[in-house]
Amino acid sequence: MTTTLDIRAYHLRLPDTARPVLAGVDLTVDARETVALVGESGSGKSLTSRSVLGLLPHGATTGGTVEVDGEDVLTMTPDRLRRLRTSTAAMIFQDPRAAINPLRRIGDFLTESLRLNAGTGARAATDRAVEMLEAVGLSAAVLRRHPGQLSGGMLQRVMIAAALMGDPALILADEPTTALDVTTQAEVVALLGDLRERFGTGLLFVTHDLGLAAAISDRVYVMYAGRIAETGPAAALFERPRHPYTAALLNSTPRPDAPQGRLAAIEGRPPGLREDLTGCSFAARCPLATYLCSQQAPELLPVAGEPARRTACHHTDRIGTRGGADA
Amino acid sequence: MSTTVLRRPGLARIRTTRAPLQHLCLGFVALVVLAAVLAPWIAPYDPNRIELGNALAGPSADHLLGVDASGRDTLARLLTGARTSLLGPLGVVAFSTLAGVAVGVTAAWRGGWLDSVLSRSTELVFAFPGMLLAILIVSVYGEGLLAPVIALAIAYLPYVSRLTRSLVLAERGRPYVEAYQVQGHSGLQICLRHVIPAVTPVVLAQSTVNFGYALIDLAGLSFLGLGVPALTPDWGRMVFDGQSAVQHGYPLSAVLPCAAVVLTVVAFNVVGERWADQVARRDR
Amino acid sequence: MRKTVLEVLGLHRSYGGVRAVDDVSLTLAEGRSLGIVGESGSGKTTTARIIVGLERADSGRVLVHRRDRTERGRGRADRLARAREVQMVFQDPYLSLDPRMPVATVLRETLRLHFPGTDHERRIAELLDQVGLGPREAAALPRQLSGGQRQRVAIARALAVEPAVLVLDEAVAALDVSVQAQILNLLADIRAATGIGYLFITHDLGVVRCVTDEVVVMRRGRIVESGPTAEVLARPRHPYTRLLLDSVPVPGWDPRRIAAARRAL
Repeated sequence: MTTTLDIRAYHLRLPDTARPVLAGVDLTVDARETVALVGESGSGKSLTSRSVLGLLPHGATTGGTVEVDGEDVLTMTPDRLRRLRTSTAAMIFQDPRAAINPLRRIGDFLTESLRLNAGTGARAATDRAVEMLEAVGLSAAVLRRHPGQLSGGMLQRVMIAAALMGDPALILADEPTTALDVTTQAEVVALLGDLRERFGTGLLFVTHDLGLAAAISDRVYVMYAGRIAETGPAAALFERPRHPYTAALLNSTPRPDAPQGRLAAIEGRPPGLREDLTGCSFAARCPLATYLCSQQAPELLPVAGEPARRTACHHTDRIGTRGGADA
Repeated sequence: MSTTVLRRPGLARIRTTRAPLQHLCLGFVALVVLAAVLAPWIAPYDPNRIELGNALAGPSADHLLGVDASGRDTLARLLTGARTSLLGPLGVVAFSTLAGVAVGVTAAWRGGWLDSVLSRSTELVFAFPGMLLAILIVSVYGEGLLAPVIALAIAYLPYVSRLTRSLVLAERGRPYVEAYQVQGHSGLQICLRHVIPAVTPVVLAQSTVNFGYALIDLAGLSFLGLGVPALTPDWGRMVFDGQSAVQHGYPLSAVLPCAAVVLTVVAFNVVGERWADQVARRDR
Repeated sequence: MRKTVLEVLGLHRSYGGVRAVDDVSLTLAEGRSLGIVGESGSGKTTTARIIVGLERADSGRVLVHRRDRTERGRGRADRLARAREVQMVFQDPYLSLDPRMPVATVLRETLRLHFPGTDHERRIAELLDQVGLGPREAAALPRQLSGGQRQRVAIARALAVEPAVLVLDEAVAALDVSVQAQILNLLADIRAATGIGYLFITHDLGVVRCVTDEVVVMRRGRIVESGPTAEVLARPRHPYTRLLLDSVPVPGWDPRRIAAARRAL
């Protein structure tokens, strides 16, 4: 199996912060694989996915490598980056209405990138746009519409069609269903799954919803304060978390089939960027934390007996099943 | 807030992206205001003292900027003239800002027919040239500073009321305003305590820009002999008085007040625009 | 039998031919929690806005403590009385607070309006303590606070009036999961301590299960199903309720089947 995206020891530092925003992220996506990157706001999940397209915040300094199809994005020339964004990797944003110019027709939006960056002729580009619209379940008539005439769900399909225009090897979806209704979410997720099968692309699905991540992906990465807390096959991770943060996140999510009453909330809040971190970034909120946790940051190491899983916790053996942290 | 202040086409071209220009303009505004405040103490002579023997003299140690055709010291008249030249626009801006905010807030908050009536009537004023209105009022009430100030204040009111109206409309749609309504606060309380403070910085930036325009308009009226009485030192009046001197080849007494007017207007424009930019950036 | 505090009868509201709210009736008993569930365009938010008086109904009635509150009151006394009956917490804590007002000032304003002549400072400290904030947050401006802290301020502001009913319009939707759980727990504690009634508007069935006793499911302006929350979620009768339940992602979830069911409905 070929690896489409390979991020290794990726560091990202912003000016005026006490700690790196991303502190050694390791993440891979294979061809035809769906990988979910889960975290709360400020965890660095969106920064990670944007880095794959070379979209770095102003003044950022980086370390490590972010390889797409074997080429490091961090050292690419602007010209090469543009080609990467046109034809190798594509991104689907959270709010389709904010990501499409409301004054242009859908047809212009879809064909623009191919015509300007890949030099495709207008005719060929339009043919491709029609093909992609049909792939996402929309008719060619949409080409002449304006964004304001389409519903949120339809617009997100247009976004997906746009992402497929350059026949990318990798699709980055940054909270693509958060702005949509729950029933529409299922439709968009089903579509993404079908297209991944059909076109053989890798999919990195960035979300805050652990339930959604477990439901749709092959593997999950859980991120906290700029580090990977835990990674592994979706079902196993959901069934038996090996990091206290994952366990706590699962327990604090209200579920329709759980009994009424208080939730096991995680007290406190994630560390800010102005605070320097020594030791484990979750230690301050963790029921299992010991002196060791406050002194030494745990490494992301394989879980005993489960080679596909890795976790960054000193006390992973003390985490129970499904009930999370037995503290 | 994406609303920008209204500027006349000519001056709108001055871009204020470079810091030195902004600081220079701010410094110049401070200098002019200081000169106006301290004029009675720092002016070398009485601005109306006549030395006929010295008429049209060039710069010298006694008269740093020379003497005009009537034998009056140009520097003294320039400094004292700053008072009238700034006081007039101040009146225009004070009145047009207060009335404009009141009209704009009322129109935006109440909406409906009241909004239509207020918006249409301010548009009517917009369509009527301010200078013409001023000339009309002055010709009815005779010379003096008050008549042109009131005329221009009315002419400038729509600039402020239109801006205020659009800002208040945007502010009114925000959930925090609805939250106060649900809490039982009256519309007047919400406007006074929350909405007006929110729109004030942008409105004041517009008024700063207006100050410059009012200055140039009032100077124009003085030049036409329609503003201040003949003997009062005033920049516009000085240009008018200096015309004959220019014809005799002594341009200094007319060119200097001209330069003072132009530089002050540009400085107020730049300062106002920069202020508006800063507010916009802070709110983002 | 508990006393009824809020009663909504046959509410209608149209916007240019679209029936946003179509014959909606609800009852909320004292100290109970009622959820309104639906997707965008279901009319749940419009219903809430009519109940708090931010929107007008075309027809139908809103009764609080058996008094008709359908029309927005004209005078000051009416306005204040209504505010003391129903309060609201908005979805976005970043927009529902005046950015220029420190937290203590926000609360003081409300107390001055409703309870002039009482010890405001003590009550402010009490309210902040009730929502888990301290003197440091009291002096802060909204932008210096996190999303969760701001929502706590919004809740304290609503509680300051001592209302009989609190309408929560997607009040936890904009928060991170771990913070959301804190706020949901806080709301449960407040209800247990004060006996206030909740009208909880949400799209999230997990949240509904967690904080409501009864639920109505709305679709395209109409109520399609209602009943005790546990009952409705365990044995949904209406296909739309079932679709909503199936749409909640869990491992082994089949989005294709849901998409097909949605098209069939």
